[in-house]
Amino acid sequence: MIFDLARQSVRDLNGFLHGDLQAKGLPDVQVLSPNGAHSVAVGVNAPVKIAIEGHVGYYAAGMNQHADIDIRGNAGPGVAEGMCSGSVHVRGFASVAAGAAAHGGLLVIDQDASLRCGISMKGIDIVVGGDVGDYSAFMAQAGRLVVCGNAGDALGDSLYEAVIYVRGAVASLGADAEEQPMTAQDHSVLRDLLGRAGFDYDPREFRRIGSARKLYHWNVDANQEY
Amino acid sequence: MCGIVGLLLKKPALRPALGELMLPMLIGMTERGPDSAGLAVYREPVAEGRCKYSLYVSNGRADWPAIGREAGKRFGSDATLDANANHAILTARADRDAIAAWLADAHRDIAVLSAGQAMDIYKDIGTPAAIAERYGFSRLSGTHVVGHTRMATESAVTPAHAHPFTFGEDFCLVHNGSLSNPNDVRRQLEHEGVRFVTDNDTEAACRYIGKRLAEGDDLAAAMTKGFDVLDGFYTLLIGTRDTLAIVRDPFACKPAIVAETDDYVAISSEYRGLAALPGVASAKLFEPRPRQLYRWQVQ
Repeated sequence: MIFDLARQSVRDLNGFLHGDLQAKGLPDVQVLSPNGAHSVAVGVNAPVKIAIEGHVGYYAAGMNQHADIDIRGNAGPGVAEGMCSGSVHVRGFASVAAGAAAHGGLLVIDQDASLRCGISMKGIDIVVGGDVGDYSAFMAQAGRLVVCGNAGDALGDSLYEAVIYVRGAVASLGADAEEQPMTAQDHSVLRDLLGRAGFDYDPREFRRIGSARKLYHWNVDANQEY
Repeated sequence: MCGIVGLLLKKPALRPALGELMLPMLIGMTERGPDSAGLAVYREPVAEGRCKYSLYVSNGRADWPAIGREAGKRFGSDATLDANANHAILTARADRDAIAAWLADAHRDIAVLSAGQAMDIYKDIGTPAAIAERYGFSRLSGTHVVGHTRMATESAVTPAHAHPFTFGEDFCLVHNGSLSNPNDVRRQLEHEGVRFVTDNDTEAACRYIGKRLAEGDDLAAAMTKGFDVLDGFYTLLIGTRDTLAIVRDPFACKPAIVAETDDYVAISSEYRGLAALPGVASAKLFEPRPRQLYRWQVQ
């Protein structure tokens, strides 16, 4: 099934994707000429393969469940936000807030991700081939963020139980984020994630950032200084 | 929300097509800014000693031929006036004070939108497509252009509130975002003798940076101070006679994407604004990083 967004609307595409795809035999879908359109392939709830041939704008593949969505270009703000399951693969770079507040699934970004990657993530796994910008994994609650390049300022600020693995340099850690020892289980988790994302790095090159859990309880003696 | 677009042509042979290349960029940003649009186009500078003024008549009616003859009598026979709907470009050997005095005296409904040797300004209310049609944007030629589509969030929708804003000569600025301290910046500048035309937040940013440049800072020094002074969300696109520049606030709250080829540098809020450019499929694409000045010179 091919949708050419030079001739058809995003509403045509998403209307089809929201229909009964089981009854249609779970067809592979190809999207041509996205040209930066917003909300391409959002809210899909079926195990279909969707290939998007070009750059997308805001919120592409948001709220995905079950689908494997391949973006063969760059993604605008909020790619795969709110994803619950399935996978989203961005072949280029991603703008701000990639994978924001997502509960599950795998988001792979081959190149860099901008600021706030994985903000408030709630269970998604995100693997970024390049760098991530400032405030990535801000208030991240669950899931794993893997950064094969460098991380910007305030990485993991106010982190809950999400875990961050970074291969390169970290400009600065956010409040309550700390470097923690890598265990055999971390190596195993990381090997699996890197393998599924298609990156050939040695897990031993990565460091683990987790929550120091000092913000979990109100500390009256801190006098508002954190 | 607003849209910004910028285009600088590296190859002189492309300069006659500046408007044609830019037009799909501006129209591509209509959803981000449907209520007003405007642009500054930079062209071959006028002869030394002459200055161009972009004029705008607020009531939509002006007897431009008569006003042109009047300018000729007042500022010398080589003064020219090129009318374009309710805008006109006056070129004359006269400084800004002389022009202002003449207009205050004889044409109170005509505003001076800009002054300089290279820059012309057009801005108005309506959709980008309607404004482009009204002023023939597709026929513009020049070295670079700074454009804007506006969705007003903090001040009125009038031609004066539309972007670009200007300061001094050949300096303009457009803005996507909202400043949280424009009144502080305005009060400080007014104290230093700067006059404002509107209550628009972008005008405060424009006059702040423009004044720093007028006092001798280069763009990098002006923006270093600007990052400390301007609070809020902003992607700013700046034009000078020979430069196109962009900065994003430290949180990169507002988007921007750059496409660079051997032929041009194109900047837009979103890729949608770049998609129609020839050769964009093989262009180097990147998002400007926060708190970093990017600039390109006319060669």
